[in-house]
Amino acid sequence: MDWTWLSPEEWTAVRLSLRVATVATIVSLPFGIAIALALARGSFWGQSLLNGLVHLPLILPPVVTGYLLLLGFGQRGPIGAFLAANFGIVFSFRWTGAALACGVMGFPLMVRAIRLSIEAIDPRLEQAAGTLGANRAWVFLTVTLPLMLPGIIAGLILCFAKAVGEFGATITFVSNIPGETQTLPSAIYTFTQVPGGDAGALRLTLVAIAIAMAALLASEVLARRAHRRLDIE
Amino acid sequence: MRLEVDIRHRLGAFDLAARFGVDDGLVALFGRSGAGKTSLINVIAGLVRPQQGRVVVDGVTLLDTERAIFVPGHKRRVGYVFQDGRLFPHLSVRQNLLYGRWFAPKPERRDDLGKVAELLGLERLLDRAPANLSGGEKQRVAIGRALLASPRLLLMDEPLASLDEARKAEILPYIERLRDESGVPIVYVSHSMAEVARLASTIVLMADGTVAAVGPVADVLPRLDLFPLTGRAEASALIEATVESHDAAFGLTLLRSRAGLWRLPRLDLAPGVRVRLRIFARDVMLAIKPPEGISALNIVAGVVADVGEGEGAAVDVRLDCSGEALLAAVTRYSLEQLGLKPGAPVFALVKSVAFDRRSLGGPLRPSGDETPADA
Repeated sequence: MDWTWLSPEEWTAVRLSLRVATVATIVSLPFGIAIALALARGSFWGQSLLNGLVHLPLILPPVVTGYLLLLGFGQRGPIGAFLAANFGIVFSFRWTGAALACGVMGFPLMVRAIRLSIEAIDPRLEQAAGTLGANRAWVFLTVTLPLMLPGIIAGLILCFAKAVGEFGATITFVSNIPGETQTLPSAIYTFTQVPGGDAGALRLTLVAIAIAMAALLASEVLARRAHRRLDIE
Repeated sequence: MRLEVDIRHRLGAFDLAARFGVDDGLVALFGRSGAGKTSLINVIAGLVRPQQGRVVVDGVTLLDTERAIFVPGHKRRVGYVFQDGRLFPHLSVRQNLLYGRWFAPKPERRDDLGKVAELLGLERLLDRAPANLSGGEKQRVAIGRALLASPRLLLMDEPLASLDEARKAEILPYIERLRDESGVPIVYVSHSMAEVARLASTIVLMADGTVAAVGPVADVLPRLDLFPLTGRAEASALIEATVESHDAAFGLTLLRSRAGLWRLPRLDLAPGVRVRLRIFARDVMLAIKPPEGISALNIVAGVVADVGEGEGAAVDVRLDCSGEALLAAVTRYSLEQLGLKPGAPVFALVKSVAFDRRSLGGPLRPSGDETPADA
């Protein structure tokens, strides 16, 4: 029984992972909705370019994404230096950097899910809302957004699950510092690299499975609830 | 209410150039598919911005390209009932109904939920989800939703087109009540002459993007020159009659119109009620002497007003029966044998059993003593 009990270091890794994934998911959401809307409804120059850029982390080796983040958002990177100097936001070797890496990796999944739900909305419903007196903002808030909800929920859960499991980009960008950037996968990786770390790796693996299952169950329940309201026809 | 429309709009190869002015009641926009009916009401609703035009509802200018006026759709307060209902799937029937009410300025909100639910028979549906409604129920909710936004004008785009005959028959009485009780003028798009003959007070006849004729439905329908557009197979006249009495022994109802007395199979209507009767040309026979010893119960006297042209065997004759128009389809042979020419006195015979109950509608013009709810 004793071997299942997590050590303080292991708890730290689990807590950090949940925090990183939560922050990454929540911060991504407004950007995800905006970009999904732009891709689904907009028509502008560079739309395919934006689409490609958003999906790039899905296709690139995670190490490449992590390295690009390091180049851009590292201490000497142009964006990283600018943010540090003007807003005091530092990413390199911080948990915030881990959240950024996880967010970037989960972003394409989130945008994809939201975009699909927007494309499934009948624009004629929005037109009908307009004839009833609603201006564009109200139409968005009372018709478009509620109808996007199933996609938003799916996107949140996919992004969260991806963020919890993210390894390659995170370790490349912010390394593997216990208590700061050592997330669940990094901790498991560390255990597998040291003699006698098997028990620890196994314990954390069970935690990872539990989190994944919970996320899947939550998405099932929420999706079913949303469906029940929308299309029973 | 007065609605004035004058628009020119080019949509690819299609030219819409429509100009008309109509007053109160239910205005039917009638024409074949592709005549430009839906484009026209989309302009009135502000969903389409025409290249040139003017739309005035009740003295309020909604569109005037010359004066650079374009009131956006959501500020026009023009209700729109779409062919496909378009209920919000994430809202209950009650929330759907109240959606537009919320955006209407408070002093101009007319009917409340209870009244509209009663008018359209929606009381028992309020807590249902749109997905669980039948096609007819959905369309009634869509009408109620548009009505509760307190519109200046209600546009209905073939609201019955996607429904089967039974559902149509279920909704038609509600649309009649709406026309007679809500006080909201209605522009009703249709390509079904049966609906127009039953519901409309005024008809705007459209063909190829232009207005071919405008006028009271009882005047336009019997016009022989418009048959290519109104459809000869449906050729009919509308007669306004008042229920006089019932003949219980023979199961008949007696009605009186300007043309004379009509006997119909019993109608469940109280004496004094005014109705419109649609009489098809194919059901009318002509005689030049008062006929005797025949079974047809309805014989009215009139004079030939107009004779249609045609190469085929049949020809249409329009009669003036004491100010009321009646159409008769006869063979050209009979026409010549009887020497029927404009001005000739004739007797029209109509079989009682020929009356089409489905097209029995309310009066052609609202009577004077009924003041609209929101005058």
